[in-house]
Amino acid sequence: MRAAPTVVAVAAIDHRMRVRTAAVLTAGTLLMGPVGVLHAAVLPEERLDLLYHSYDGGGVEVTGPSLMVRKQIGQSLSVSGNYYLDSVSSASIDVVTTASPYTDERTETSLGLDYLHQKSTLSLSLTRSDENDYEATSVGVGVSQDLFGDLTTISFGFGLGSDDVGRRGDPAFSESVDRYQYRLGLTQVLTTRLVATLAWETQSDEGYLNNPYRSVRYIDPGAPVGYSWQAEVYPSTRTSDAASIRAKYFLPYRAAVFAGYRWYDDTWEINADTYELGYIHPFDNGWLVEARYRRYAQRAAEFYSDLFPFADAQNFLARDKELSSFSSDTLGLTVSYEYSGAPGGWLDRASINFAYDRVRFEYSDFRDLTGSTGVVGAEPSYAFDADVVQVYVSVFY
Amino acid sequence: MIDLRRQVLLWPAIGALLALSGCAVEPWVKPYERAHLADPIMSFTRDPVSAAYMNHVREVREGARGAGSAHGGGCGCN
Repeated sequence: MRAAPTVVAVAAIDHRMRVRTAAVLTAGTLLMGPVGVLHAAVLPEERLDLLYHSYDGGGVEVTGPSLMVRKQIGQSLSVSGNYYLDSVSSASIDVVTTASPYTDERTETSLGLDYLHQKSTLSLSLTRSDENDYEATSVGVGVSQDLFGDLTTISFGFGLGSDDVGRRGDPAFSESVDRYQYRLGLTQVLTTRLVATLAWETQSDEGYLNNPYRSVRYIDPGAPVGYSWQAEVYPSTRTSDAASIRAKYFLPYRAAVFAGYRWYDDTWEINADTYELGYIHPFDNGWLVEARYRRYAQRAAEFYSDLFPFADAQNFLARDKELSSFSSDTLGLTVSYEYSGAPGGWLDRASINFAYDRVRFEYSDFRDLTGSTGVVGAEPSYAFDADVVQVYVSVFY
Repeated sequence: MIDLRRQVLLWPAIGALLALSGCAVEPWVKPYERAHLADPIMSFTRDPVSAAYMNHVREVREGARGAGSAHGGGCGCN
């Protein structure tokens, strides 16, 4: 059942745009170890990580592997590579409401290079993401420097991204986006048990930031259900600022607590607060348990509405629930077992890890049209739970 | 209101950086006092692949972006 021509090919609704937009620039940071990841002027450890991930919530299932390998060459160079796959099957609330379910795949590959010179590390990364209607490429460069007896590490980074946006079933459709990312970091050892890190990140995008498949609804007395749909219209620029502070404290026994806060604001007038809290407890026999809680809350974009009063009600229009006012609460648990290799052997250590996060999303101005009450605009607010599972093996050599 | 909050976060960070860079600081935590900080449980990025994945899961579904946990930090203790 396809509801409206503007949403025929649907994709994007939960995953796409944002998968690419956010992920590709930030993906580079996975490989750029020392940028904001302070380990007193040493190269990141040689390791192999193989992860299987699964997200299931709101009618969306995303699964796939991620593989990262990091290898040192000589004394001052570390090379890393990452392959990541998202296999998406979506029958989300947007899809159910305005279009037909879809499946899709996104692959992402990254290469990273870290060069250590005395107490400075220079990092380079290159990331590429491919879907059938979207391609994104980004490069990143970063520098980190240890100071003051290695109690302080400062870092900064710059990223540049270029996206090509297509639309299924419309070969003539071709748009682009340019992205810029600036990062500053400061990590500080405060006491023999306490370390804190400050981060600042500005991102700026210019180009086709819409989702080419998504629609907004407006009151239409002539329509059988009382409303109709029209294509979304987003501004062509967006600049965001985010600042975070995180701290970790080693308890009187061998365990640690951590807490964090992030502030966010952008030119679309979305602002958000994120709080995190967690506890890590290792046991002598190789087992480790981590429990965590995260609270996220945001205010809607200035041009967001669940229901516009009429067609073309304003110059910019959005009904993307990720741009609405909502909050989410996450409870997570990780259980790991670590095995130490024999002295002198090639294997330093290896771990197997299982992580589970349960997320509750509650939207305050995005309505669930499947629960129609017969009164337009009085449908119940949307909410859903998601299960996020990761199983991964890490091998250090 | 928004600008005020931004200033409240930004200027202390810049101030701290300048203050730290302007003088020679005697390390108040000696290398031999960093055993706790060197423990892997004190790393902000113990599992980079997992952290990057969770960061991705969130950025897909949230309006906010950047300065996330995948950008972590460490302990300055190696």
